[in-house]
Amino acid sequence: MSIKRKAFVVGAFEHPTRYAPDKSTAQLHAECAFGALADAGLSIKDVDGFFGARDAPGENASWLVDYLNLNLTHIDATDTGGCSYLIHVAHAAQALAAGKCQVALISLAGRPRSQGMATGTAPRAIEPDRPDGPWEAPYRNVIVTQYGMMAARHMHQYGTTPEQLAWVRVAASTHAQYNEHAMYRDVLTVEDVINSPLISDPLRRLDCCVISDGGGALVLTNESIARSLNVPMIPVLGCGETIYTQKGGWPDYVTTGAVVSGPIAFAEAGVSHQDIKYASVYDNFTIMVLAQLEDLGFCAKGEGGRFVQDGNLISGAGTLPWNTDGGGLCNNHPQNRGGVTKVIEAVRQLRGTAHPKVQVPGCDIALACGPGNVIGSGHGHATVILGRE
Amino acid sequence: MKLETVLAFHPHSKPFWEAAECGRLLLPLCGDCGKSHWYPRPFCPHCHGFGLTWKEAAGEGTIYASTLMRRANEPYIVAAVELDEGPVMLTNIVTPDFSQAGIGARVKVGFDYIGGSDRKLPVFHPI
Repeated sequence: MSIKRKAFVVGAFEHPTRYAPDKSTAQLHAECAFGALADAGLSIKDVDGFFGARDAPGENASWLVDYLNLNLTHIDATDTGGCSYLIHVAHAAQALAAGKCQVALISLAGRPRSQGMATGTAPRAIEPDRPDGPWEAPYRNVIVTQYGMMAARHMHQYGTTPEQLAWVRVAASTHAQYNEHAMYRDVLTVEDVINSPLISDPLRRLDCCVISDGGGALVLTNESIARSLNVPMIPVLGCGETIYTQKGGWPDYVTTGAVVSGPIAFAEAGVSHQDIKYASVYDNFTIMVLAQLEDLGFCAKGEGGRFVQDGNLISGAGTLPWNTDGGGLCNNHPQNRGGVTKVIEAVRQLRGTAHPKVQVPGCDIALACGPGNVIGSGHGHATVILGRE
Repeated sequence: MKLETVLAFHPHSKPFWEAAECGRLLLPLCGDCGKSHWYPRPFCPHCHGFGLTWKEAAGEGTIYASTLMRRANEPYIVAAVELDEGPVMLTNIVTPDFSQAGIGARVKVGFDYIGGSDRKLPVFHPI
């Protein structure tokens, strides 16, 4: 059964905070939930389906559901890292299509910035039962080193240049100047990026995303309830998801799970690349944008550098307007998980409520996608295609 | 993770660490499909057979990807090394000269107590 047009995004809310030392994680979740429900014109008492990942306080959605005092008929605690919330859109659409719930709430929140977390550069304690742990943890392969290896390999295989990577950050900063909530609003040049300090060769500081507190929430519902609300009709057209593995020791560091999730989402939506007016592509590091665009089929494998250069991702200038909120690179990466903000900006574009300087005229089909956990290991990936009626 | 913890949570890995202490790199080899794999499992992730044995690797390989982590008290090199037997393993390259640890460089295994570990781990040196 296809979920095409079976569910509608009726509420979206991005928490304005980027630094919240005075709030609990649970409180941030609640504020995001209330924000998205108010946006939809619904009450928290209407929620009967909850979709939450490991960012929920206590690392388990149960505590958050109790905190919010929800009355649920459907629960989904799928955790695939940062793309969990993209997968939740798919799973919410499935649950709504099957009648398992009527109003689905997806919520993400966290405070890594307040907690002084060195997200990408500090070794993290890993669960002692993780099957790869004894052979991986001692080598201090932190997040930025894995993506440094990915960028090095992409450059080696395809001739990608640091300047091409820098264009991704330039596009993000060009958009972020218009976002009053963005962490970094200065417009950057290619020279700014390639002159920033090396962190993990060849990645530089400005190839890396922000560390921010905050969160976001989404509300989805079925067609009849959606039509009763005073909101634009944003149908879910197609979704794809996967866990992309290391192939038992034959990994491919330049390929993302988008090679699986992308074609599934495009096929379900019944749309082509030319139909996509706007794309939110998860940008934890500049290199990931190139690789996902290739894997989604916006350009041939290895051509990502040439595709993104010269402002091709800048709204109003390039062929593929991308991350018009400033993305994870400049705007927001709440709880080190960018999945929900990718959907939120896509919804703004489809509603025509993005900043006028970055709004894509006639945006009727948009894509949001992202990875979860870390490439080169078993990493999740999800792609969502949304429309507008 | 201390060796005691590793063995408690990953009992099948004991022969690997015993060999590492003696400077030998063991690879799991599948008797059913003849293929090796990495990281070690007690079954084959390719054919999902259970006829696994440990086979000593030659200990040489080629760097598949590498990076110099500079945001650390002591910069260090993380790399993925493609062993001559086929599998790619995550490791550190031990050299003061990152230019010797680029993609395509030939490397040879050594064993050391790295990162405060109480067990010897395979690391690689440029040949």
